[in-house]
Amino acid sequence: MLARRQWALLLILLVLTLLGFLVSLSSGSAGLGFGEVLQQLLHPDAGLENRILFELRIPRSLAAFVTGALLAMSGVIMQVLLRNPLADPYILGISGGAAVAALAAILFGLGGYWVSEAAFAGALLSILLVFGLARSSHHWSATRLLLTGVVVSAGWGAIINILLTTSSNNSVYSMLFWLMGDLSQSRVGAFSVIALLAGLLLMMYYARALNVLSRGDLQAAALGVPVPRLKLILYFTASLLTASAVTIAGSIGFVGLVTPHMLRMLGARDHRVLLPASVLLGGSFLMIADSIARTIIAPQQLPVGVLTALIGVPAFLLILRHSARHLPE
Amino acid sequence: MTQTSTGTRILRLQDLSLSIGERLLFKQLSLELQAGQCLGILGQNGTGKTTLLHTLMRLRPAPQGRIELCERALEDWPRETLATHLGILFQNHHDVMPATVLEIALMGRHPHLANWQWESREDIAIARDALQALGIASLEKRDVNSLSGGERQRLAIATVLTQRPRLFLLDEPGNHLDIAFQVQSLQLLRAHVQSHQAALCMATHDINLAAAYCDRILLLTGSGEVMVGTAEQVLSCENLSRAYGCDIRRVVVEDGRAVFYPA
Repeated sequence: MLARRQWALLLILLVLTLLGFLVSLSSGSAGLGFGEVLQQLLHPDAGLENRILFELRIPRSLAAFVTGALLAMSGVIMQVLLRNPLADPYILGISGGAAVAALAAILFGLGGYWVSEAAFAGALLSILLVFGLARSSHHWSATRLLLTGVVVSAGWGAIINILLTTSSNNSVYSMLFWLMGDLSQSRVGAFSVIALLAGLLLMMYYARALNVLSRGDLQAAALGVPVPRLKLILYFTASLLTASAVTIAGSIGFVGLVTPHMLRMLGARDHRVLLPASVLLGGSFLMIADSIARTIIAPQQLPVGVLTALIGVPAFLLILRHSARHLPE
Repeated sequence: MTQTSTGTRILRLQDLSLSIGERLLFKQLSLELQAGQCLGILGQNGTGKTTLLHTLMRLRPAPQGRIELCERALEDWPRETLATHLGILFQNHHDVMPATVLEIALMGRHPHLANWQWESREDIAIARDALQALGIASLEKRDVNSLSGGERQRLAIATVLTQRPRLFLLDEPGNHLDIAFQVQSLQLLRAHVQSHQAALCMATHDINLAAAYCDRILLLTGSGEVMVGTAEQVLSCENLSRAYGCDIRRVVVEDGRAVFYPA
């Protein structure tokens, strides 16, 4: 049974998502406001406004939503997998591997498409590397996985610094944008959308088991959860979600870490609510942050990763202060 | 053994040997537990009380010997169904993520539900009954992290009651509990076991608690030797002094019960 409050939360998030889409579609340097956007959505014509909307804005809003949703869901899963509230999608070094490969691609002067492909390959490499290293003992504990991931991550960080310090000024600028997370070159492919939906469906199947797993491995095993198998599924699901997100937009921080916590503080502790809620909140959060990123100093654009922290920090602290007093139903 | 209506066999151990690494804890232990019975597992620290419980819960590699739960070999049980018949109260509880008291208790229903299924009104009623029985119904909406040690322990007992297993494995059920709650919780568990055709094994360091609530006692020495039998057979000053490595005396108090204390 789902409490009324939880339905209300999901409904509010759904409205927020729709609003986020409208705001996101109405923001940009070309004067294409709220009214025109609605006009074009309802009665499309063949003009310039139509092309801006359908060829530039909709793909970008969609990219922002999908990226935010992927990161938030991955954050939820990582926090359960590692039983650590500080876990985020990047904690196991996936973004590091992606970054090294993407930066190398930029260094060799390759264009946007190849940078994305390289990032995905780098992420996959890192996923397998951490998995192989953490697994080499038969005991696959959260601590061991976490330590392996953090250390591999630090290794990637060193290589990133080498690439940054030895590259020409021109490519360093692109590299920094990539590292901070940037949606200006982003297009979302069918793969990411499928990854998001399939990931959500798979996790919903295990959602109640995730509730039990967050109480600890032993307790979960005692309640009939197939712990080793579930952890494998969680590791690869979260990793692939993160890899897809990183491929779209580089490593955008903060969304994956705070979205799950915000929702838990708002009462969505049950993963059957938390997972879909994180998709909606993470997605709309990133859409709104991206709208601000491309308008605040227009015609220049800020990397969206900067904005996620600028908006996220005060929002998070506000909810934290409020929820310290009571735990919502 | 007398033939009574509570003749259902819940647990049977046959020639069970258990070791941790190279160290042999005990060998060739055989015992049976019928519905309605309570087994107390006693022994010094490190003699394998928890290891035995975890082995019965199949949280450790299979030992030598045979374990049968409800007439079926333990290793033949699928993990999901096993959890509907076997419930464990752990010694420690680690709460990292927030959750309400009712949400924790409801986790006891997890093994009874299919993957897409939600807890029914009946499941919620079972959980609320358990919270009520343990006297923490008023804390239903509280965050588990805000509970005192004793309240958390009573919640853990409520969770395993909500699970409604046939065999309860309790690791130090008296942990963090005041004497009144120890008595109340164990009376409750024993009454539940007797009315629901279930059985109970509890590991404890408290000889008197075991003497008061258990009809059968398993005394571990950690050196390969075990003593098993009725409370009267096993709980002698000689056995206890040997097992605990300290002189233990016994007095019989007014109502005829024996009380043990270190000399």
